[in-house]
Amino acid sequence: MSSVLFDTPGPRARTRHRIGTVIGVIAIAGVLALVGWKLWIEEAITPDKWSFLTVPAIVTGLGEALLVTLWAAAVAIVLAVVFGAVFAAGRLSNRAVVRWPCVVVVEFFRAVPLLLLIFFLFIAYGSTLGAFGALVIALMLYNGSVLAEIFRAGILAVPKGQSEAAYSIGMRKRQVMTTILAPQAVRSMLPAIVSQCVVALKDTALGFTIGYSGIVHEGEFIFISPVYNNPIAVGIVLAVVFIVINYSLSRLATYLESRLRRRGASAVRVVGGPDQSGAAV
Amino acid sequence: MEEYLPELARRMVDGFAVTLQLLGWSALFASVVGAALAAMRVSPVPPLRAFGTSYVNIFRNTPLVVLFILAVEGLPTLGVIISFKWFAIITLSTYTAAFICEALRAGINTVDVGQAEASRSIGMTFRQTLGIVVLPQAARAVIPPLASVYIALTKNTAIAAAFGVTEATGKLSNLIRDFAPLLYASFFSIAAGYIAIVFVISGVAAVLERRLAVAR
Repeated sequence: MSSVLFDTPGPRARTRHRIGTVIGVIAIAGVLALVGWKLWIEEAITPDKWSFLTVPAIVTGLGEALLVTLWAAAVAIVLAVVFGAVFAAGRLSNRAVVRWPCVVVVEFFRAVPLLLLIFFLFIAYGSTLGAFGALVIALMLYNGSVLAEIFRAGILAVPKGQSEAAYSIGMRKRQVMTTILAPQAVRSMLPAIVSQCVVALKDTALGFTIGYSGIVHEGEFIFISPVYNNPIAVGIVLAVVFIVINYSLSRLATYLESRLRRRGASAVRVVGGPDQSGAAV
Repeated sequence: MEEYLPELARRMVDGFAVTLQLLGWSALFASVVGAALAAMRVSPVPPLRAFGTSYVNIFRNTPLVVLFILAVEGLPTLGVIISFKWFAIITLSTYTAAFICEALRAGINTVDVGQAEASRSIGMTFRQTLGIVVLPQAARAVIPPLASVYIALTKNTAIAAAFGVTEATGKLSNLIRDFAPLLYASFFSIAAGYIAIVFVISGVAAVLERRLAVAR
């Protein structure tokens, strides 16, 4: 193994690494043991705190709530893709009248905290939209704006010769966009789109703050009940559920990216602008 | 209206003072922890690498709201009694550290292996290789992703509003309660505050990037 920082180790370096490994294992095991012991003696993870997982009604309740969360995320992502496509097209327009409003909208929603947006929509229009509507629209506006930048970067990343060739055989701008650029761009954008799905799914958990009945809300019912009173155990279960789903999605994105690289194409990275979604925060 | 503007200004100053406190402390702690994690992830020692990788995968894939619940509801059951603000700072730091770690690691990986090999072949020690050759080049590549992590952190501080901290976003609901007809004005004013912070961060990043840029 040779990385930027280290050469392939020789016998002495290997010994040093082995010593480091032993010390590292002891240190990490020590810290984890300390945390586990603290959690155990404070009765946060003792068996009775996990007993809710053996009650069928609670487990199915959590499962159904998870579906509710996933449903909101799915609706939001579909709407965000549409929103993103429209505003990316608007931002690529030749007419300044169309382009500038799109720039303002996209940059505004990328810079504003999602929770501020959710609170505002819920307080202002909650009576008509409900918690679901406020959550989904806020997610659509934020993720749609990020996706608009991803789409735009993807379109701009298609080699210039492609659109020049299309124009030279007499295609119109609309035709060039829909038949030449978009199909080629979509492939390179797939990893970024999947990563954005992870962000959207994580952010769906914010629905909890306005009382949307997702899995986090369901979890709260369990840990506030005096029978269980186990916020740490429930929190860990919620975290594991999200980690499993999001980690699988991230792996899918990595796989798509590596497949692209094998074919010689490269995945889109959004650069510039206040918030680079490459970090997928 | 003559009542509204001073009140809006007062509450925004109050709110953003708390937001900036959350941002400052969390950015500081997250950077320290994130740098330590990045060092672990690029080290040649397997268990440290595994620990860094697990930390990143766990905290990057958990919704911040769930981490907030674990801290605000969970830590008191362990006998940790501190103010809501510090719960928020702990949560934001642990979450953001994972992203800082990834930004730093990606920066180090952008440096061409040939650079370090060349410096070693002319007899530079590990310290020299790291300090003179690798880190200065990595620093340049690291600025844009780091800036976007800090921008995301700025926006994430808003979540503290749902957990007992009345920072800028938390002021929105009481502004709307007291001045219902002016809800758009309240929303856009608070949004403008966040946009200003985002602009400062990306401005500083742009200046630093230009300062460190070299013609290659």
